[in-house]
Amino acid sequence: MQVVGYHRKSSSNDVVVSTLPLYRSAPPLEVRLEDFELFAMDRLRVLKGISDGLSRGKKPEEMEKLVMDLWKASMRHPQATEDVNKDNISHFVLRLVYCRTEELRKWFLSMETALFRYRFHVESSQAQRALMSEFNLPYKAVSNAEFESVEDKLRQVARSMGQTLPIADAIFYKVPFEEVPELVAGHRVFIHKGHAYVAMNQVVSLVVTQFRSHLSKALILTNRKWTFTIREQEKDRLTPIVEALCTSYLGPDYSQPKDFAEISIKDIDQIAKTSFPLCMRHLFEKVREDHHLKHGGRMQLGLFLKGVGLKVDDALAFWKAEFAQKVGAERFDKEYAYNIRHNYGREGKRTDYTPYSCQKVILSTPGVGDHHGCPYRHFSEENLRAALARMGVGSRIVEDVIDKARNRHYQLACTLTFEAGHGSSCDAGVNHPNQYFIESQKILQSKNGSVA
Amino acid sequence: MTKDEVENGRDDMLIDGPEQANAVPDGFNANYLRIYYGKLFPHADIFKWMSYGNDGKHPACDKSYIGRREFSFTLENDIYIRFQSFNSASELENSIKEKCPFKIDIGPVYSVDPAKRHAYAQSGDNVFTPVERELVFDIDITDYDDVRYCCTGADVCLVCWPLMTIAIKVIDTALRDDFGFNHILWVYSGRRGVHCWVCDGKARRLTNEQRAAIADYFHLYKGNENSNKKISLPGPVLHPFLARSYTEVLKGFFEAKLLSNQNLLSSEERYEKILEMIPDAVAAELRGRWQENKRSSVLKNDINAVRWEQLKHTLQSGKQKAQGLRRCVEEIVFSFTYPRLDMEVSKHMNHLLKAPFCVHPKTGRVCVPIDPNNCDEFDPTKVPTLSQLLEELNRGGLRQGAENAEWDRTSLGESVTFFRSSFLHPLLKSCKEEIESSYNTKLQQAKNALSW
Repeated sequence: MQVVGYHRKSSSNDVVVSTLPLYRSAPPLEVRLEDFELFAMDRLRVLKGISDGLSRGKKPEEMEKLVMDLWKASMRHPQATEDVNKDNISHFVLRLVYCRTEELRKWFLSMETALFRYRFHVESSQAQRALMSEFNLPYKAVSNAEFESVEDKLRQVARSMGQTLPIADAIFYKVPFEEVPELVAGHRVFIHKGHAYVAMNQVVSLVVTQFRSHLSKALILTNRKWTFTIREQEKDRLTPIVEALCTSYLGPDYSQPKDFAEISIKDIDQIAKTSFPLCMRHLFEKVREDHHLKHGGRMQLGLFLKGVGLKVDDALAFWKAEFAQKVGAERFDKEYAYNIRHNYGREGKRTDYTPYSCQKVILSTPGVGDHHGCPYRHFSEENLRAALARMGVGSRIVEDVIDKARNRHYQLACTLTFEAGHGSSCDAGVNHPNQYFIESQKILQSKNGSVA
Repeated sequence: MTKDEVENGRDDMLIDGPEQANAVPDGFNANYLRIYYGKLFPHADIFKWMSYGNDGKHPACDKSYIGRREFSFTLENDIYIRFQSFNSASELENSIKEKCPFKIDIGPVYSVDPAKRHAYAQSGDNVFTPVERELVFDIDITDYDDVRYCCTGADVCLVCWPLMTIAIKVIDTALRDDFGFNHILWVYSGRRGVHCWVCDGKARRLTNEQRAAIADYFHLYKGNENSNKKISLPGPVLHPFLARSYTEVLKGFFEAKLLSNQNLLSSEERYEKILEMIPDAVAAELRGRWQENKRSSVLKNDINAVRWEQLKHTLQSGKQKAQGLRRCVEEIVFSFTYPRLDMEVSKHMNHLLKAPFCVHPKTGRVCVPIDPNNCDEFDPTKVPTLSQLLEELNRGGLRQGAENAEWDRTSLGESVTFFRSSFLHPLLKSCKEEIESSYNTKLQQAKNALSW
């Protein structure tokens, strides 16, 4: 890795070459312990910023600018020559930090992939081609004859995305569709008989797919090494740093209720009114009303309630009391009880599942019959307005909330709603439905305390 | 009738005159099912299919392949047995006959024999993981409740069934022409929908991410319970896949069938739903005309067709010619006709799907294959039921001497023959070729390695 950096620097006099590393192997460098931690924190700041940007629903152009700004702010080393080293070191430290559970790996993989994508995208086309050749992608450009035979379709795809097809030097690569899943998913390529026609300005997808699959495998290997050797060997030196790093930035884990140890079924209606964020309140009201919720809704609300402190037996009783009215107690026991126990880690893989964060809720895609998701994102404006009014939010603030939602600041919209309902500010902003709940309970209890 | 009576009485029934003996009361029970599994269910064909050529003599056959496939049974008392595996056709057949499952589900092929997964789990490393699975789709008429007025929920009739037919057409064409798949099996789910199994080697080896991409390619339906617009089509023209689906299937179906069958524009309540999807000014104009028009008496033409023409004309007429308005017509057609997939089933390898030729407990109908080339002719109300088949079996029993399998004497014969000739045989042929060619490549490599 280190070699690549030097190599590129040496030839920088005539050709513009990229300094974007592919992180194929850990840099053979000596790292000071402070740097180990500092560099990692800096990179985390970038990744966290990307994560926030994505959950705000920022468009690709906005994301690109955001990523470049974040990078400049956090990852520039005082000595320019050290930039590449800092990049490499911080990446590999975070691999250690984020290899340890599936959830951490998933987060790190998406954020690093996003980071790579935008960094690749701003490279010059020469540098991009150089990077492509480093990946050894075996693709050839489509011949003229073949291009002519599919030109109409390629033009149609370009127009469907509001672009025009460059006629003169249109380079297309013909690749198995499996290699560009994101282009397939977004209808952004023409596919014929199993092959996707990828335009030059889309090769980023090809490269990103490679990057992602490489990193994904590497994280599994790192996890193995971590569990079997590193953790023990480094237990006095690196292990504490590594273990502290992810919690210091990912936010707390809400799978275990903390401050408000337990809630009981009889209080739940009251608590839902005062302390549930709109997404959960809506689901809660729906299940009371319809005595049913589809899978996505059961997951989102069920895990939230677990985090809030509803014990597994109470959860079963709660869901059963509702569902039994619709599908009968017997069918509930047969078809639904398993999933609830599963959420509490009592079945199947026996993983204790964590409640959904705002980002996960916002990025979900509720379909017909579904009530989960983020109301600020997934409700129509009238429905959101009506829901806020039912919560007792004043009309002036409703307009502010709607305005935030319209500009895709869903978490800010939720924060405003929180502040309106509690008459006090929420400086941290809302990042997690369970955090909303805890903040709300804190405020309510201190109010009760002062009254008593 | 108790189980013993049926088993002992079977021979008597055959000997009795056709008058009384042929009448088998409608229904679904373990006794009927036992006869079905004993005489009609094509065990050997299912086993052949699941072996994908690996049960042959060729040295490159993977002998462990079929034994790593998960089968799961749902028994009469709703006991659910997962992670079963079978090493031979007779093992499979005996187990089915013995347990008499009400439902048989097929899961993925795992890295190791799923029945022994616990033994492997102790090694700590997660070696038990799905490695292959057909690409599957599940389309269910209950997801169309907001666009059909004839039935709701699990009910289906000949007026709404064509929604399934066009889903088959749209998806089958894309799977073949766009994705280049060849071995595709469509199956009636027994009550309210269809299943699709894509069995090409390439399809079976797709990763979850690639499956999700294909599912997303087919996914347009973005509406949820709290938003108005069900589908929005971005860009000035449609992607070639959507354009083809629209012109070749959806538009014609909507205008010629759905509009009048479902009376989409006949009453105020119904046309309001469509007016919601177009800009307010145009909607107001049409609403005015239609409300008046209600009072004017006899209409010679179908009111739905007349109003649809008016709507299109108004949307496309001179003053409203903006592109967005023309797009409205397409959005309406897509909203009412475009296939709605159960996305989760397709996205993950480890989703179970009911095996073909099972019998649906609620309807007693057999899950027979559907010929996508003649899917217009498929009539779910004519699919053989369990009792009908037993009746035919009884009747046929009088004509002894036929050498063919039992099912050949019943109306199931046609389905089994179709399954073999149009799906199983071509599939096994190409599996054989694939095994052969991968073997030759390996041999060649070995040779080259030697001569090196």
